[in-house]
Amino acid sequence: MFVFIIRRFLYAIPIALAVAAVCFSLVHLAPGDPLTAIIPADAPAEVVIAIQQAYGMDRPLLVQFGSWIQRALQGDLGVSVATGRPVMGDIALALSNTLLLAFAAALLGFLGGILLGALAAIYNGTWIDKLATALAITGVSIPHYWLGLLLVIIFSVHLDWLPSMGAGPGGSSDWRLDWAHLRHLVLPAVTMCFIPMGIVTRTVRATVSEILNSEFVTALYARGLRGRRIALHVAKNAAPTVLSVMGLQFGYLLGGSILVETVFSWPGTGYLLNTAIFQRDIPLLQGIILVLAMFFVGLNLLVDVLQTLMDPRIKRG
Amino acid sequence: MTTIASTTSKEKFALAAETAAVSRGYWTTVWTRLVRDPVSVGCAVVLLLMVLIAVFAPLLAPYDPSQGTMLKRLSPIGTEGHWLGTDELGRDMLSRLMHGGQMSLMMGLLPVFIAFAIGTSLGLIAGFFGGWINSLIMRTTDVFFAFPAVLLAIAISGALGAGFINAIISLTLVFIPPIARVAESVTTSVRNLDFVEAARASGAGNFTIIRVHVLGNVLGPVFIYATSLVSVCMILAAGLSFLGLGVRPPTPEWGLMLNTLRQSIYIQPWISVLPGLMIFITSLCFNLLSDGLRSAMDIKR
Repeated sequence: MFVFIIRRFLYAIPIALAVAAVCFSLVHLAPGDPLTAIIPADAPAEVVIAIQQAYGMDRPLLVQFGSWIQRALQGDLGVSVATGRPVMGDIALALSNTLLLAFAAALLGFLGGILLGALAAIYNGTWIDKLATALAITGVSIPHYWLGLLLVIIFSVHLDWLPSMGAGPGGSSDWRLDWAHLRHLVLPAVTMCFIPMGIVTRTVRATVSEILNSEFVTALYARGLRGRRIALHVAKNAAPTVLSVMGLQFGYLLGGSILVETVFSWPGTGYLLNTAIFQRDIPLLQGIILVLAMFFVGLNLLVDVLQTLMDPRIKRG
Repeated sequence: MTTIASTTSKEKFALAAETAAVSRGYWTTVWTRLVRDPVSVGCAVVLLLMVLIAVFAPLLAPYDPSQGTMLKRLSPIGTEGHWLGTDELGRDMLSRLMHGGQMSLMMGLLPVFIAFAIGTSLGLIAGFFGGWINSLIMRTTDVFFAFPAVLLAIAISGALGAGFINAIISLTLVFIPPIARVAESVTTSVRNLDFVEAARASGAGNFTIIRVHVLGNVLGPVFIYATSLVSVCMILAAGLSFLGLGVRPPTPEWGLMLNTLRQSIYIQPWISVLPGLMIFITSLCFNLLSDGLRSAMDIKR
């Protein structure tokens, strides 16, 4: 098992490098020179060359990639083309907001999904099961940016109960756990919780009903166990599968929040990414995608290791 | 919309592949089972209607989708002559929703279709030949799995710039790896079955074995998986347009309409809901139909 964990760690290194390479190559996917945003069209040739040298764009690609990685490892992701500030500071601040939103959405989605899925499995075939299944399929079919808009129309425009924009007083740097800030979190978190809720509901339902039909549960009943004791056994057996799905879903919440953040003007990575795209701020774009993708790689690693620790039957590699 | 990477039911696909090999009247059985399922039939009818309306929109739509009168901006739903109202430039909503289906449906279906062709081929090659070819292809797909799908689509689109073709390219790139992975796992399980061995013993070449013996068993499971991606792709494609990365104005497209009408939610909230509702209904029908197809093809019960 430890061999597997170590091998899994080692395997994450080439993946991380390849991910970095993909992020790096995004610059060269872009049509035109990545510096067109700051170089005026009528700039004389020597000015263009000077700017290119300042950004290191005149060196061979591989050298550029090497020094980019080296600096990224030291926490330096370059300077924003639009603002002239180092992008790392902006990204760190935005990431904390995105994580906050993702945690809130994950909490709602996972709790709701486990509850609905378990109920659906226990009352298999009844109206409860059908309701949970219907909710789950709605959750995965609904365009979440539209759901967000719908919630804004109902709760902000018509009822005027909750705010529709921003993260609360003091903006992103001054977040505290009080109602003034929490009320800003409600709508985006509810909007985002539907997809993980739908997926977790489906997973829990399938896993739990499979376990409930297995022979060892029948044996537990035969031994006279009831209710909570059985639930404990079922939960223990369902945990690895459900956990791995939840881990993936959390990663998707981090990466998938861009649309919801745009709807609610939530000052997170998605909102920042949107800004970067429209200002053609390539260092910022690269930085955000690199940070989010690395988070995702780390998360996958963590889930795999946890899963192996929880279920020693898994021997992969 | 993030069911892409949850390919935990590989065994199920492998099983479906085996049953496909067993019975001769398999597809007939699947068809009768599908037709008996009211939900699937209902969804198929709704989707067919949507496609027909989109295709014949120029004939059916009461107004020109790009012509509006500024005097009639944002008329509410139920206005005489414009019974779904008008948008922020006074264009008829009904006509725009009908025309919008063309782009939205195409952007939902085309990337999955291309990715199905490319991904299946890659998966077949990787699974059939194994060895370093397998490693090369599958490790490359692993890299793409390290990105959440939405992020990858937005990153590629963002770098390439807005536009219909760029959106199609980025969405296709997003869906190739998961399809290749499913195709690879099914191919690997089929490759070692006896009939492949028998074909090889009787002198069939690699190409013939793939075409005659492997392809038929792989296509089914991969096809079900691909159908489940259509709804994801619809939502993602409209999402790209919603961000301004898909088709450009004034082309009618549901995601783009949602984006431009978003500014008017304090004036005419319910009109801005309409394009999103279309995306939702379409994606829900694709999901339900895909689920119906999956259980119809799962003959063991």
